[in-house]
Amino acid sequence: MKHIILKGRTIVEGRRKAQALVSSKPISFLGGVDPANGKIIEKNHDLYGECIKDKILCFPHGHGSTVGSYVLYSLARKNLAPKAIVNQMADPVVVVGAIIADIPMVDQVDIKRIKTGDMVEVDAYKGVVKILKRRMS
Amino acid sequence: MYLTKEEERMLNGEFGEGMRMAMELLVAIGDAYDAERMVPISRAHAASSGQEGDMYFVELLANGGASCRVPTSTNPVYDIEFFERVFEIPKEEAEVARRVKVGYKRIGAILSWCCIPYIAENIPNYGETVAFSESSATPYVNSVIGARTNREAAQSALAAGVIGKTPEYGLHFKENRRGTFLVKVEATLEDEFDYTLLGYYVGKQIGYGIPVFTGISKRPITEELINLCAMLNTSGAISMFHIHGFTVEAPTVKEAFQGDIPKDKITVTDHELKRVQEELQTTSGKIDLVMLGCPHYTLKQVGEVARLLEGKKIHRDVSFWVCTSATTKLLAERMGYVSVIERAGGHVVADTCIDEPCWHAYRDKVGITDSPKCAYYRRFKEATVARLQDCVEAAIKGERR
Repeated sequence: MKHIILKGRTIVEGRRKAQALVSSKPISFLGGVDPANGKIIEKNHDLYGECIKDKILCFPHGHGSTVGSYVLYSLARKNLAPKAIVNQMADPVVVVGAIIADIPMVDQVDIKRIKTGDMVEVDAYKGVVKILKRRMS
Repeated sequence: MYLTKEEERMLNGEFGEGMRMAMELLVAIGDAYDAERMVPISRAHAASSGQEGDMYFVELLANGGASCRVPTSTNPVYDIEFFERVFEIPKEEAEVARRVKVGYKRIGAILSWCCIPYIAENIPNYGETVAFSESSATPYVNSVIGARTNREAAQSALAAGVIGKTPEYGLHFKENRRGTFLVKVEATLEDEFDYTLLGYYVGKQIGYGIPVFTGISKRPITEELINLCAMLNTSGAISMFHIHGFTVEAPTVKEAFQGDIPKDKITVTDHELKRVQEELQTTSGKIDLVMLGCPHYTLKQVGEVARLLEGKKIHRDVSFWVCTSATTKLLAERMGYVSVIERAGGHVVADTCIDEPCWHAYRDKVGITDSPKCAYYRRFKEATVARLQDCVEAAIKGERR
């Protein structure tokens, strides 16, 4: 299959390859993610119960507490952070979290084209996301 | 991003390692948002919290010799000595909170430990450029006061306080402060809880953007505006809004939108607010605790609690907490509110946020609160949301009907 390439904008540089975990809902890292295990705990969230560890985490934007950036950093220290973050619109709280936790991040990506389980490469040097392999369905 | 000679020197470490790191973070943010330069700020508010990530960053800067160049207030952590007497706090967690507090003291911050510093401890004026994190603080200073801040994270606000500058982008520019979404309010807004419901609903509907509220006919009071801000930025990421006729940059609808009214709009009636209220009422029956003061209660609100509890007794199985600032607590003591609440069996506690580890004892308990933001943090097994009067009634009866 020919790789699908989605163009975006570099927020934090880096290159990572992993499975995508995609949400259509915004995420708040404080209150929305369990800092002890990296699982989404926001009630009625479409990723409820999913673990963000080592995933390419794709969601529209952040919401809620401005302390969320600390949670991203704590997750990274415990090796529970996502491999990379792909957003439609970069929320400063997520941006700061990604910078201090050194998580590659791109925004302005049409995340609707990515499906959970796809093998994805984020090249945040160039600001692009490559879908390498679609999830077997 | 263009940097002045002094800023270059800060980035090169000539002003010490702490300022270098603060500058590095600000430059990275500036680059991410295509800022062209840094602008001076007059003050900052850092959304500190008694957590590990917080401790790491403030210690990193303080150990590197950094100190705040502009007044920089702090968010609640918790009153460690008080809570150690009331609950069992794990040693490591108390140690984190203690180090956070020492860190902010060393860095020269205003030790306000309060999430609404914009009404007493650290008040921006109209037109000031500032860096305010904390969910209610960002929209309040932008919308109500007309100072200019982006949606800052806790660390970016602290870094800005240390450098005295912030990258210029987003809401620093007038054209980015125009409304993007029309919200026609047809609902009756009678008290601050109605504004809580309105904020929660609209934040969820819009997610990101600048709502312009029309149809509000009575001037909202401070507490109503605080709640609107906090809830908009809990269910959504809303750093600014306009209320036609009442907030500073919205004398007319046209001025709020800086031109044409966009097509995107929603109408909020009593029906929507009632539905939100029902959605937030997650449980009934026996309750174990009442949690008020998220965001921190003002003097007026502490007084209202005292009025409702005057001569009453809180059920013996119910813990009753009111969180507020040290400033407000001092005045509330002077006014006699605190002794009324304590006589009824409740507590008024300063410097403390509902989202702090000191509440571990309530992990398996059922709570009631007037704040969806408080409920969102899920520090309890279950947290149901109700109007203040109903919270107090539940506290007295020991159950929520």
